[in-house]
Amino acid sequence: MIFGIPLQAFLGQLLVGLINGSFYALLSLGLAVIFGLLRVINFAHGAQYMLGAFVAFLALKFLGVPYWGALVVAPLVVGAVGALIERTLLSRLYDLDHLYGMLFTFGLALAIEGSFRWYFGASGQPYATPKALTGVFNLGFMVLPIYRAWVIVASLVVCLAVWALIEKTRLGATLRAATENPSLVQSFGINVPMLLTLTYALGAGLAALAGVLAAPIYQVSPLMGSNIIIVVFAVVVVGGMGSIMGAIVTGYLLGIAEGLTKVFYPEASNIVIFVIMAIVLILRPAGLFGKEG
Amino acid sequence: MARTSELPPATEPAPSAAPVMSRTLQLALLLGAAVLLIAAPFVMYPVFIMKILCFALFAAAFNLLLGYTGLLSFGHAAFFGGAAYFTAHAAKVWGWSPELALLVGVAGGAALGLLMGAIAIRRQGIYFAMVTLALSQMFFFACLQMPFTHGEDGIQSVPRGRLFGVLDLNDMTTMYFFVLAVFVIGLLIIWRFVNSPFGMILKAIRENEARATSLGYATAQYKLGAFVMSATLAGLAGGLKALVMQFATLTDVAWQMSGEVVLMTLIGGIGTMVGPLVGAGIVVGLQNQLATSAFPVTIITGLVFMVCVMLFRRGLIGEFAHSRFGRALGLRPPG
Amino acid sequence: MTRAAETAPEPQVVLSARGLGKDFSGFTAVNNVNLDIHHARIHALIGPNGAGKTTVFNLLTKFLPPTRGRITLLGTDITAMKPDAVARMGLVRSFQISAVFPHLTVLENLRVALQRPAGLATQFWRPLSSLRRLDGRADELIEGLGLTPWRDIRAADLSYGRKRVLEIATTLALDPKVLLLDEPMAGMGHEDVHTVAEIIRDVARDRAVLMVEHNLSVVADICHRVTVLQRGEILAEGDYATVAADPRVRTAYMGSEA
Ligand SMILES: Nc1ncnc2c1ncn2[C@@H]1O[C@H](COP(=O)(O)OP(=O)(O)O)[C@@H](O)[C@H]1O
Ligand SMILES: [Mg+2]
Repeated sequence: MIFGIPLQAFLGQLLVGLINGSFYALLSLGLAVIFGLLRVINFAHGAQYMLGAFVAFLALKFLGVPYWGALVVAPLVVGAVGALIERTLLSRLYDLDHLYGMLFTFGLALAIEGSFRWYFGASGQPYATPKALTGVFNLGFMVLPIYRAWVIVASLVVCLAVWALIEKTRLGATLRAATENPSLVQSFGINVPMLLTLTYALGAGLAALAGVLAAPIYQVSPLMGSNIIIVVFAVVVVGGMGSIMGAIVTGYLLGIAEGLTKVFYPEASNIVIFVIMAIVLILRPAGLFGKEG
Repeated sequence: MARTSELPPATEPAPSAAPVMSRTLQLALLLGAAVLLIAAPFVMYPVFIMKILCFALFAAAFNLLLGYTGLLSFGHAAFFGGAAYFTAHAAKVWGWSPELALLVGVAGGAALGLLMGAIAIRRQGIYFAMVTLALSQMFFFACLQMPFTHGEDGIQSVPRGRLFGVLDLNDMTTMYFFVLAVFVIGLLIIWRFVNSPFGMILKAIRENEARATSLGYATAQYKLGAFVMSATLAGLAGGLKALVMQFATLTDVAWQMSGEVVLMTLIGGIGTMVGPLVGAGIVVGLQNQLATSAFPVTIITGLVFMVCVMLFRRGLIGEFAHSRFGRALGLRPPG
Repeated sequence: MTRAAETAPEPQVVLSARGLGKDFSGFTAVNNVNLDIHHARIHALIGPNGAGKTTVFNLLTKFLPPTRGRITLLGTDITAMKPDAVARMGLVRSFQISAVFPHLTVLENLRVALQRPAGLATQFWRPLSSLRRLDGRADELIEGLGLTPWRDIRAADLSYGRKRVLEIATTLALDPKVLLLDEPMAGMGHEDVHTVAEIIRDVARDRAVLMVEHNLSVVADICHRVTVLQRGEILAEGDYATVAADPRVRTAYMGSEA
């Protein structure tokens, strides 16, 4: 018992928090990567997350592509669609105020989600947990569904891999340099527009990957993206988008905070992340990891 | 500093354009609009017109912030929908007369605006938009849980009551002219606000914030002032809507509503006086058309959003003012 | 008070910085800068590009928070103050890139500067015509700086030199105690340079001026005191002749005079 709450319930919600946190981390990471280079807030991030789940669902239903295949295919498909949109449309907005990019991707999100809702209806479609990941670990003090453990591990690995890619590799160094001074990097003979396209594709692909991971847990629904994206915005405001690691850490922390609120004060669990955001803004306007001027 | 975080005017703001337009033309246009608005309820379904007027006022209030202050709020649904709840509650549960119920909504919008604005103003540009969105989503969840809003059901059958205890607003014509009067008063307030000493400072801040700071202006406080004024008028629109439609529901506080008002303003023309009104008419009309079909409005809304951003950033009115015809009419300031 | 100060009264120090420093994520742009700006004196801050002159301006006017050091304005410690509050105390700056309100006319630019001191900035219920009572003072300034023919032209349509003059005019509208001018003559033709130099000399009769300027003949001509900045640190300070004779300054400026 902790503060009169059964240990089981406490750990259960902690786990839920960690799972949610994994998705917040993956999604805010993608937002931060895109924002870092393109200076666009990708409002369509939630829609791309939903698309990832739907690609997995449809690929299984019509092509028999299993979960493991979907983990590869969905990010590629959604990333490619993202690249196409960036190349043909979004890239024309870079010279304008950044808010236009946000408005454009907002419209994109509405159009995508509206279309899927029209075609598939608003209710969720189940997506079976892959065979290899069904079942539970019995830890003695609690039972841990294997799939949930997998989601936590997988998202952690992906987050760290992306962080390493951007902070520790040459490609990442080029990306960061292009963020600071695009024209200089261009003059080194690096194709900056291509870099921008790839970055957007990477961000969209990350969202799709999160979508595939989420499919067995939350079901596949056209609205799954718009429900989560606003929370992820709050996460990003708290973390500040200046730091990749900041986005990841904040994602997990806020997911856990949300889970714990469900234990102690369930009525507030929907709003706790927003409340934390408001408090952080009052105390530390630049965000926990922010150095934005 | 070259690409500042705040939205530059997509069009020349109307106030500087208006004096250039010939007085006669201005008068003729105003007269035409007046005739149309007075005749409208006798040719069209009055509730529909009243609904448009409410949303037009909402969009104009939103544009006060985006167009004249350069701040993009993605959370205006909180003020509109919140005020709708407050007015509905005052009219139905407390049994207050409509003008007082409306004042409750306005005060609620102002208070919410002060609260949200004070927090959101701490971040700029793109963050400001995200913060307002997140805060209004928080308000949405609060509304979902607070008992007085009746959750998913909302507040239904809101009585229109008697204006000042005398005029029966259940009479459609009386109601219509009451709504029209509130609408016109709201627009006049916006007009005055934009063309006031305060509006001048807002304009200066939007043009060059650093310079305004160096002239001693606490720019954040001026922006907060504009935010609260915008929220207050959005509250007026929301309260009015509760009396017109006779209900207040979660739809009005949902983020989609915040998106809609952005769209209305964008379609019509950011930073123009008339644009948001036209945009509201188009969006509400479109929703009305599609209300009976299974085709979701959001697809159209989304596509229109994308097209506007890609091709018509000035909006209909803005593009018209910039066209050769518009210029010939003197709709655009010289230079 | 020392005896020297009693016998030959030094002009009063109105703005001073002690140990001023600024780091940008590890990079030290300004370090250990001590400055005293005197009433009725023109003080030049010179140095090669990237020396940190603009950053010093940003620190003094509180547009950037200093990493180290203290700033005192008219006897008050302003180190923790906000930039707009500092401006209201009488420390007003211009910007390296001319800062006007481009879509406002020359007259409106001046009105904006005059509105706050006149208590006419927050009235959202009054018509614009209420600003007309500022026109007298605005026209005085417009005339004083020779902008009368452009009074109703939008600032964006002015020539570069006139934009800078307009900026000085709006700055003067606040009747500041201390004026910070960041390269007021950069990009100007000969004629304009002369005009602006005279304006500055005139203005400095009853206020302190600190200016960044690359045109050394102007500095020699109108400035009472010169501080040379290099890589964020003060290299030399004194009157123009002393500084110009300093071998370190000559080395620093070799080929880098921009
Ligand atoms: N906001 C900033 N962030 C990072 N570095 C800066 C910033 N502002 C100035 N610097 C750096 O500080 C140094 C001094 O710049 P600046 O003060 O503009 O020099 P000056 O005005 O003497 O030419 C330069 O190396 C510049 O790149
Ligand atoms: Mg400089």
